[in-house]
Amino acid sequence: MTLKSLITTTSIAVCSLMGLHSIAFADSHGGANHMGRTIGVSCAGCHGTDGVSHSPHLRSISELSEEKIVTALKKFKSGERKGSIMNRIAKGYTDEQITAVAHYFATVNK
Amino acid sequence: MNKLNRRDFLRLAGGASVVSGLSLAGCASNPKTGSSSKKVVVIGGGFGGGTAAKYIKKFDPSVDVTLIEYQKTYTTCPGSNWVLGGLKDLKSITHTYDAMKNKHGVNVIHGWVSVIDAENQKVQLSSGESIGYDRLIVSPGIDFKFDTIEGYSEKDVGSVPHAWKAGPQTTLLRNQLVAMPDGGTFVIAPPPNPFRCPPGPYERVSMVAHYFKQHKPKSKILVLDAKPKFSKQKLFMKGWEDLYGYGTDNSMIEWVGAPDGKVTKVDVKTKTAYAGDLEEAVKADVLNIIPAQKAGSIAAATGLTNDSGWCPVDPKTWESTLIPNVHVIGDSAIQSPLPKSGYAANSEAKVCAAAIVDLLNGREPGEPSWVNTCYSLVGPKYGISVAMVYDLTKEGKIGKVKGSGGLTAMDASRRKEANYSENWLINISNDIFG
Repeated sequence: MTLKSLITTTSIAVCSLMGLHSIAFADSHGGANHMGRTIGVSCAGCHGTDGVSHSPHLRSISELSEEKIVTALKKFKSGERKGSIMNRIAKGYTDEQITAVAHYFATVNK
Repeated sequence: MNKLNRRDFLRLAGGASVVSGLSLAGCASNPKTGSSSKKVVVIGGGFGGGTAAKYIKKFDPSVDVTLIEYQKTYTTCPGSNWVLGGLKDLKSITHTYDAMKNKHGVNVIHGWVSVIDAENQKVQLSSGESIGYDRLIVSPGIDFKFDTIEGYSEKDVGSVPHAWKAGPQTTLLRNQLVAMPDGGTFVIAPPPNPFRCPPGPYERVSMVAHYFKQHKPKSKILVLDAKPKFSKQKLFMKGWEDLYGYGTDNSMIEWVGAPDGKVTKVDVKTKTAYAGDLEEAVKADVLNIIPAQKAGSIAAATGLTNDSGWCPVDPKTWESTLIPNVHVIGDSAIQSPLPKSGYAANSEAKVCAAAIVDLLNGREPGEPSWVNTCYSLVGPKYGISVAMVYDLTKEGKIGKVKGSGGLTAMDASRRKEANYSENWLINISNDIFG
């Protein structure tokens, strides 16, 4: 058992004992979800908290489907889709991270 | 949990009494604070501290978060150059802490911290109030090294503003520019590295040039720089060429880099700056000195700074490497290669918030990731930017992710980037204060 899985498992056990919902812990510290959330919250600087934009020129990520987010980010990353900012940002993430962040936006507050 | 290190935690978790061990981990009664809840105190309600307070509540609403900020409202430094250019008013970039209190459940105290008692994990306010913490976040921004330019001290900021903390200083500089006759000279002295908002002085030059072009076209701007080069230099200079005749005989802007441009002495009464080895005198109509910088004073007073004047941290958690259970984020922290920007402070705050929630709940903090995007307006419809994605290197330092980021392409739409600039400020302000 790895350190991470030990901690995750035991945390969930304790959560349940405490009557809390185990998903809350899995969300804040479960492998892919942790990665998705870590990257996802850093997008809020431009795209708004939880991907909800309050401005007309920056896209609300929250209204996009998981699949659309993955496709858009991969196209920005490869250069197939032209961009000004997102082409530079998308190149900073692995495909695994792109999948994780798309899943985060598809599930956050929904 | 703060007195329970990872090894202890594993011993408890892995031993026979998993349940009691973990209940210790999850809901420890802190012997220092005497509290059974998880208490976080945040000092400073700007881009770093404001974001951290809100996001800790977002990540774990059971954490008791107290934000201590001496101002009742916060005026963002981003956008303050737009006020100087006449594009915005100060009110539009000024925010309250109402949502922090009422929507997110953060205890907001408008007060001044007199002492951080790290030994006893307590913060003492000048009002006499004392607040205990399990984890403390210090995000006091910058202070100035007023002893680096002869003749310029803190008492002079009322006549020669720095305007590097937004608010009354911004209004003062704006009023001086408005009162200046056409044909006058605005002299600005950007600071040496490292300092808050590396492209900021050059956006300021651009915004003042925009204002002069509209209202005082015979006026000049002289930049006396303590550095031989600056952030986004090529993009700024191209913008100045496109909009303000830079490089021609009629250029509104002249930039002089170090060593010749470095201001060593100022005569505040006559608004004269002396620059370079020869101490050449330059008389200004409006003089803007942006002094060299260091971490906010509470950081040094607490012993959180090293010889550089900034605070060394473990970037995975932003915990100080000098004082346990105290985290430093934003401009005060040694964060390179992340810049001292509002976006970076916001990004650091979220990594710190997640790590603190993990630590308070007995979990190992996960892998961090950071983003920075710095937008600048060269004109109202002319924006430029620099962006980067960062991760943790194998050596435990912050690293730029290879292949990511960079500057606005020379052929990219400046109008689009101007729109992004303005809308970024709306969204990031809302991410903190909304």
